[in-house]
Amino acid sequence: MRDFLIKLSKIERRYIYLALFLALTLPLIFPPNFPQKMSPTVKSVFEFIDTLPPGSHVLLSADYDASVLPEVDPMYRAVLKHCILRGVIPIGMTLYPQGAVLALDAFKEAEEYLGARRDTDYVFLGYQAGFQAVILGIGENIKNVFPKDYFGTPIDSIPAMRGVNNYKDIALVISFSGSSVPVTWVIYAYSKYHQKVAAAVTAVSAADFYPYIQTGQFVGMLAGMKGAAEYEYAVRKIMKDEGIEKLPPAKAVKGMDANSIGHLLIMLFIIIGNLGYFAAKRRK
Amino acid sequence: MLQRRIPLVIVFITGVLMSIQYFIPHPVSQSAYNIALTWFRGVASMAYAIAVISFVRHHSRRLKQPQNSFYSAVALAAFLFMCIVGFGFGIGEGTIFAKMYLNVQVPLQATTFSLLAFYMASAAYRAFRVKGLEATLLLITAFIVMFGVTTIGNYIPFIPKLTEWLMAVPNLASKRGILIGVGLGMISTSLKIILGIERNWLGG
Repeated sequence: MRDFLIKLSKIERRYIYLALFLALTLPLIFPPNFPQKMSPTVKSVFEFIDTLPPGSHVLLSADYDASVLPEVDPMYRAVLKHCILRGVIPIGMTLYPQGAVLALDAFKEAEEYLGARRDTDYVFLGYQAGFQAVILGIGENIKNVFPKDYFGTPIDSIPAMRGVNNYKDIALVISFSGSSVPVTWVIYAYSKYHQKVAAAVTAVSAADFYPYIQTGQFVGMLAGMKGAAEYEYAVRKIMKDEGIEKLPPAKAVKGMDANSIGHLLIMLFIIIGNLGYFAAKRRK
Repeated sequence: MLQRRIPLVIVFITGVLMSIQYFIPHPVSQSAYNIALTWFRGVASMAYAIAVISFVRHHSRRLKQPQNSFYSAVALAAFLFMCIVGFGFGIGEGTIFAKMYLNVQVPLQATTFSLLAFYMASAAYRAFRVKGLEATLLLITAFIVMFGVTTIGNYIPFIPKLTEWLMAVPNLASKRGILIGVGLGMISTSLKIILGIERNWLGG
């Protein structure tokens, strides 16, 4: 047994890769559909949007690129659909040049599954260069930063933008990101204009944002695939309750099933590795 | 001489003015602030132009080195192709530019990032050993947090609360310490740049 454990702890890397590959792909092909339970930080964001009066505006900033797409994109799609289902007007924008095409696809999905109409149910402003200057500029007048939307329509002629001038007219800003961009929103939009901000971030960067949740600088946070799956699960439940028959693919819930099994496998690897380590130590 | 002095003077005047402006809610101060914001966006846009020039110069130089020439040729060819289709046929929905981005760059970047999972699994297997007190504490914490981020962990009574506590108390305390340090560092560096003590940004 001891020899077997020692041998196992020195197993070739390719077998570990193969095991992980199977642990990640099999749940995607045969999804176990584990039910999701909302964690407190996700619940805060969900309830904030859920209780907004219809016609309120929420700024969804797609501050991500393709590298973090599998985690962050499902969050963007879920929050966007939640806004539309509740009659809240999402304003899409991005501080990343690569973010515009990715976010636009999410709006197209909302059109397809919820019948959302551009300029009436949602607005898509696209990308604007300047980062901090864009965040600060919206605080002064959004029309100075985005005189036209992504499609070239002047902001003044968009019905859904009527009465929206600056942060005072926006209930919440959510920054979807795989980096520290949500903190930039806190520094410039929250500190200077007292704008309510939430974050939707990758699991690996989530630990960095807890200080901002504790201080109330973030309303809440969607962290990693788990946060995405929890939000998506809740939004799909609303869609089912409202009798919507054609539902979009549950990318995050599926991904979270694979993610969970992958994590459990890594934990098993660590246990085996340690058993082998102790067996080798005893032999010495 | 002037090449160094003029930027220093600009930085000093702008830095001092913008710092004062933050505390003066007067219309004149506000309008100066709006002008500065427009300038800021213009300067930020120019940074992209500089990045493109730097990219082309760097890879053109590498084309002359036989060991790097292939990769640089691919980089330059991809850049030129995207420029031609972008400027020639637009970047909107359904264009070649958008299709190339969604069907080539997106999967490539997502795949590269996803490969981390395999390296992490292998590293965890080989390196996560109970070798001492600190390593044991790290291992136990990692185990709880990893279990907490799985869907199954949600259904074990104490795991979600313990995970949340680990993130919201010990993690938060250490992060806050780092953040305060970073904040103080940023203030001192900003002051050094405004006062012309720190001049590395001038280059050379």
